[in-house]
Amino acid sequence: MHEKANAKALVINYEKCTGCRLCELVCSVYHNGVSNPAKARIKVEKWEWEGLYIPMSCRQCIDAPCMNVCPVRAISRDEELGRVVVDHNVCIGCRSCVAVCPFGAMGFDPAERKVFKCDLCDGDPQCVRFCDEKAVNYTEVSRESLFRKRDAAEKIAQAHKKSTELISEMLD
Amino acid sequence: MALSRRVAYIDLSTGKIETKPIPVEIRKKFLGGRGLDAYLLYNHCPPGVDAFSPENPLIVSAGLLVGTLASATSRTHTMAKSPLTGLLGSCNMGGFFSPELRWAGFDHLVIKGKADKPVYIWIHNGEIEIRDAKNLWGKSVTDAQWAVREELGDPDVKCLVCGPAGEKLVRYANVMTGVKNAGGRTGMGAVMGSKNLKLIAVRGTMDIKIAYPKEALEFNKRFIEQITTAKVNQTMGILGTPFIWGATNSWGGVRVNNFQYNQLLFADDVEPERFHEISNETFGKYHMAGCFACQVHCRARYRIPDGPYKGCYDEGPEYTTQGAFASEVGCTSALTVLTGNYLCNQYGVDWLELGSLISWAMELYEKGILTIKDTGGIDLRFGNDEAVIEMIKHVCERDTWLGDVLAEGGLRAAEIIGKDSEQYLIHVKGMQNLHSDERATPALALNIATASRGSDHLRSRPAIDLYHLPEPVLRKIYSSPIPYDGPLSSDFREYAGKPWQVFWQEQCFMAVDCLGICKYHTTFLGATLPNFEDWPKVIYYNTGLEFTPQELWTIAERCNNMERLFNIREGLTPDDPHKGDILVDRYFNEPAKRGAPDVIGARIDREKFLKMRAEFYRYHGWDEKTGAPTEETLKRLGIDNEPSHLL
Repeated sequence: MHEKANAKALVINYEKCTGCRLCELVCSVYHNGVSNPAKARIKVEKWEWEGLYIPMSCRQCIDAPCMNVCPVRAISRDEELGRVVVDHNVCIGCRSCVAVCPFGAMGFDPAERKVFKCDLCDGDPQCVRFCDEKAVNYTEVSRESLFRKRDAAEKIAQAHKKSTELISEMLD
Repeated sequence: MALSRRVAYIDLSTGKIETKPIPVEIRKKFLGGRGLDAYLLYNHCPPGVDAFSPENPLIVSAGLLVGTLASATSRTHTMAKSPLTGLLGSCNMGGFFSPELRWAGFDHLVIKGKADKPVYIWIHNGEIEIRDAKNLWGKSVTDAQWAVREELGDPDVKCLVCGPAGEKLVRYANVMTGVKNAGGRTGMGAVMGSKNLKLIAVRGTMDIKIAYPKEALEFNKRFIEQITTAKVNQTMGILGTPFIWGATNSWGGVRVNNFQYNQLLFADDVEPERFHEISNETFGKYHMAGCFACQVHCRARYRIPDGPYKGCYDEGPEYTTQGAFASEVGCTSALTVLTGNYLCNQYGVDWLELGSLISWAMELYEKGILTIKDTGGIDLRFGNDEAVIEMIKHVCERDTWLGDVLAEGGLRAAEIIGKDSEQYLIHVKGMQNLHSDERATPALALNIATASRGSDHLRSRPAIDLYHLPEPVLRKIYSSPIPYDGPLSSDFREYAGKPWQVFWQEQCFMAVDCLGICKYHTTFLGATLPNFEDWPKVIYYNTGLEFTPQELWTIAERCNNMERLFNIREGLTPDDPHKGDILVDRYFNEPAKRGAPDVIGARIDREKFLKMRAEFYRYHGWDEKTGAPTEETLKRLGIDNEPSHLL
């Protein structure tokens, strides 16, 4: 029952998000055949007054609260794709999973009376495919921190460069 | 289904609200968005009515493809009779309002009457309420939006709002959404203000069914690639529209000191790269933002780096802001452009109009027609940065004599100021020209002279005319979907062939405005971008409606003629200096003084211009003397019995 070493996950680099919400649109069209962000598995949360856009989606947790709370064991892990899946034949629609998800990633469709969540489009996530900015990526889980390290290091490198410039200006 | 969206009639005087479906036959004639707005305006606006009268309908709409998979399907269109020109009022903006309007169940809103106290309209999942806006009135564009979200308890509510400028009936006030998306030109925000309508708030979770989802997804992927591989859009995605100002200023296509020069010198601080740098420093490396579903992302995020508004968050500027608050007023400071940008976004006012009017007042001050007594003590000389910022506030607040006069728009202001003031005014149909100088470019001059909403580049500007494209390339673009075998020239100073290019471009822009797609995703600034050949596919995959490129062309013709019928009815005649398809005398009399060798000395030849215009009318099927569509044209397009009151 171990995660496959090369399992991929959605890795979000929120700084790159332009806030266009194309990910929400393609997600709902792909899964439901409709344009409707209320049914999208990904959502860009915005703080427009300071220009902050943060895409939110399922983290495919290892020890998933939705899975643990489900009273009928309708939720399980698919180790092949490294995802958490809902078996709609078993699901009783109690929404306990919606209530416990710390990321708000479990949705509920009142018309269909079903919960829904990111299924990584069976290995070809459409949000990733359409995001030219690469704000949403489909990457090996083990590499997520490497990107973060590099991003952080770049900032330090820039600060260093700037301080060198300032010092050389002072010496001039 | 995209076709299931309804039209709502909202009467603010009586509180009566009625909704109707939009029949497919009407869709097939006018598509949606701007085209159907033009039909609704002609049918619902009584002839000769005052723009501030309750009878003037304010029409807000989403295009046919808004919210669907056709790249940048984000555009909101607004129409009414213009309080600035007395002719067609029309504006188009990006952002996130119109997709939300569609998810809430509506495509068109026809708002009539006048509320007896400030109100706002709340639209959610098929329901419409008129609510008290006591707590919103007086608030800035952004504050009002965040406050109504708080009141409604939903951070995803989207708004179309008028700012303090609209409330104070500044005749060129904008409708706005978000931080900076603006429906500018022709004063639709002032029409909102005149109705005591502060904003329209929408929120929706209703499906828009896509006709062929799989095919729509796949085609959209290719469609987006066609758009984002164009170099012009890649540049726009890094520098935003300011790059256009930089490019045109370099050869002398920018108005400076009102209309005295055509190139801003010592402009390093207002070049696009400088704004890029400021965004990098105040926001970060990834500072570009996009409208709904758009991969071009031409909107920069920044904080004002210095001065009294230091630290304030805003988006932009656009190339028109550089024009308004740098070149036209003879200023060369990034801070002035960014501060002006911020103030206009907060007040909700059209900076194209305002910057042009301030620069006009500056020339009057220079000529002694306005004195320091008239300006309220402001030293209104060209290049005075503080004076520009002060004037923006005074116009929007209407708290000084000159501010109040300029808030009335150019022609009314010229009448009040008197003397020779009008001969320095740079306008068409009473709407100020944007910052571009068209003396060296006959095609662009014909475009602003004949644009249906007054002097404007977004109705019919064949911008690729500036690229010296080889004739076979031009022929490929301009002889489809309708054959054209007349002259075409790679030289932008030529007159021959330009009327057809302007006509074609007018058709192109009308089509996308009906669809609700951004113009940067069409053959506007890039020759390889989508046009009539590509749109039938996105329409089919998303809505199931079938059109040939030629049928789309005819629809665009029909919609353009609806706008023309409105303008003719409201008094347009070709040579009327206030309401005609004509340039001000300075275009014909004053040669350009600066710029590239083929620009220096350029001016528009009146005779050749009039010949171009006559040819342009012929392509439309308009009478050359009256400029009105002929009976034959109207019959051919099936609009010979308007108003037909089908909707």
